[in-house]
Amino acid sequence: MAKIKGTVVIDTEHCKGCKVCVVSCPCGVLDLSSQVNGKGYNYCYMANPDACTGCASCAIICPDTCITVYRQKFE
Amino acid sequence: MAEFEVQKTQENLVYSRTKVLTDNVMHYCPGCSHGTVHKLIAEVIDEMNMQDKTIGVSPVGCAVFAYNYLDIDWAEAAHGRAPAVATAIKRLNPDKMVFTYQGDGDLAAIGTAETIHICNRGENVAIFFVNNGIYGMTGGQMAPTTLIGMKTATCPYGRDPKLHGFPYKIGNIVSQLEGTCYVTRQSVNTPAAVRKAKKAIRKAFENSLAGKGVSFVEFVGTCNSGWKMDPVAANKWMEENMIPAYPLGDLKDI
Repeated sequence: MAKIKGTVVIDTEHCKGCKVCVVSCPCGVLDLSSQVNGKGYNYCYMANPDACTGCASCAIICPDTCITVYRQKFE
Repeated sequence: MAEFEVQKTQENLVYSRTKVLTDNVMHYCPGCSHGTVHKLIAEVIDEMNMQDKTIGVSPVGCAVFAYNYLDIDWAEAAHGRAPAVATAIKRLNPDKMVFTYQGDGDLAAIGTAETIHICNRGENVAIFFVNNGIYGMTGGQMAPTTLIGMKTATCPYGRDPKLHGFPYKIGNIVSQLEGTCYVTRQSVNTPAAVRKAKKAIRKAFENSLAGKGVSFVEFVGTCNSGWKMDPVAANKWMEENMIPAYPLGDLKDI
């Protein structure tokens, strides 16, 4: 069965940890890390990467445009 | 599940940062609506292939450094005077796409006269107005758009209409003027709202190129620092309080 999978790449140094992407993700993929970046923000990361469909909801709402989205179809 | 590992190649790319945005880290607070609106404007300019033909006018307020974030031509106007500067730029460069980017302290308070008159003259510019109901840059004072009962630094017991007057719906006011062709109110709190807001920005730019008059796009936004909330709570508070007071949708479209 064909399956569509996605993944995101997060620019952790640009992320300000606002959590807007976390609540926008329909699949519950993202969460805030316990680690902090150079500015002291808890950046977001893929807590549940297998659930990502590459819908890009997180990326279009990110105020700092630090999310890049890829999507691939597996036959 | 290693067999489903997505290849990070150009052909699988769904979304990436537009080249119109510079690499500078925005100075806005985490979760600020300004960042999202900047991004949408940059994406629309990129999609229209107008990067070298666009001139923005930045305001005084939180968005004063907008020229650091969008890689287009910019002018910086005195407080509230962005519509006057944009008028001159557009009249001298009729083939350029000119827009102003203003907040509620700039457009709806000190710049009310400029705003009303540019809309009455019907200059072919787009106005992007971010309404968060507070003066964000100066530390969260009451703005003309502050809601009744909303607490700010200068109305700590909540806005009282007997003392401070009523919230000012400038979108509704300019929709009455004959020079405007498109007046709409949008928000950027959910992915669906962001997509709608992007369409409104595109339409505003197309109207300005078609010479139809002023396009006025208002974004109901959040100021989580000024409202003393975290970004997610601020978006929720906005949905519950700001959007009923400033209903979303097109106010005028001709």
